[in-house]
Amino acid sequence: MAKRELQPINTGSMADIAFLLLIFFLVTTTMDVDTGLMRRLPPIPDKDQEESDDKIKERNVFVVNINKFNDLLVENESLHLLSLRDRAKEFIANPEDRDDLPEKDWKEIPYFGRVYVPKNPIISLKNDRGTSYGIYLRVQNELLAAKNELRDELAVQTFSKKYNDLEEDERDAIKKYYTAVLSEAEPKNIGGGK
Amino acid sequence: MSRFKKKGKKGVGSINTASLPDIVFMLLFFFMTTTVMKEVDLKVAMHLPDATEAKKLEKKDLVSFIYIGKPLSQFQKLYGTEPKIQLNDQFKEVRDIQDFIAQERDAMNEADQAKMSVSLKIDENTKMGVVNDVKQALRRAQALKINYSSVKVDKMK
Repeated sequence: MAKRELQPINTGSMADIAFLLLIFFLVTTTMDVDTGLMRRLPPIPDKDQEESDDKIKERNVFVVNINKFNDLLVENESLHLLSLRDRAKEFIANPEDRDDLPEKDWKEIPYFGRVYVPKNPIISLKNDRGTSYGIYLRVQNELLAAKNELRDELAVQTFSKKYNDLEEDERDAIKKYYTAVLSEAEPKNIGGGK
Repeated sequence: MSRFKKKGKKGVGSINTASLPDIVFMLLFFFMTTTVMKEVDLKVAMHLPDATEAKKLEKKDLVSFIYIGKPLSQFQKLYGTEPKIQLNDQFKEVRDIQDFIAQERDAMNEADQAKMSVSLKIDENTKMGVVNDVKQALRRAQALKINYSSVKVDKMK
């Protein structure tokens, strides 16, 4: 028996094996990214500091109610969902300094200097237990959109860039310009039903 | 003249495929690292609402998920058709949420616990009653950073 030389392993099929694995991972991969609206829930209030929010003036609050038939009541008049964004924008910015919209005050903001901006407008969102989640999120989305649009407009005006492309401190300045907060009322179970 | 003839006779050499496995392996590793295997089996049917302002959810390992929706048809005999809450792989009640959050929080290392957020994947036809209860439970559990999961669209219908 002649001693045989050790043959190199045939790697011709390596590509096939790798392809097989590749195709497996290609098929199982889900590339979908999760998207959503980021919100912060308010902490549970302490018992001793409950009644403080009664002092907020009515003109500084933008009340949005949604009933169980998914109808909107905005500042005591019914409103279509599609006009909500514009109403909210008008409320947050109060461009004409109307006296039924939030109070304005002079404020020192970096990059802007002294500006006359709404002091602390609050958007209050209330809903019924029977409201559908889809509508609730639509409303949240519209309100957020109003704020984001205003910020974008201001960013383009002053920095000629979109809000998201700004530097950290520029963004902070714009945040100080439009300070509107979206607050949700403590849920109350009035009807008692589910 | 003869010079040209010589050239013309040469056939096209076959392409060297020796580096093909390398290329394929590269792709393979890419997909292996990016693949996220589904961790939970959904037991509820969900149609997420649309939103124009939706943002990408960063750092998925810091996110816990709460699913709310109608049970799938194979579970409807047992659980009915009312919207149910699913935590991990099981149907749960609102009162279980606090434990669930505590559990999820314990599983993280301490530095990350503050950055923990909860993603609510809720069917758009769910009534807000259930959602409010869940939100109250989250507030009690001190899980204040939440994310209403929704599909990013450029324009609302």
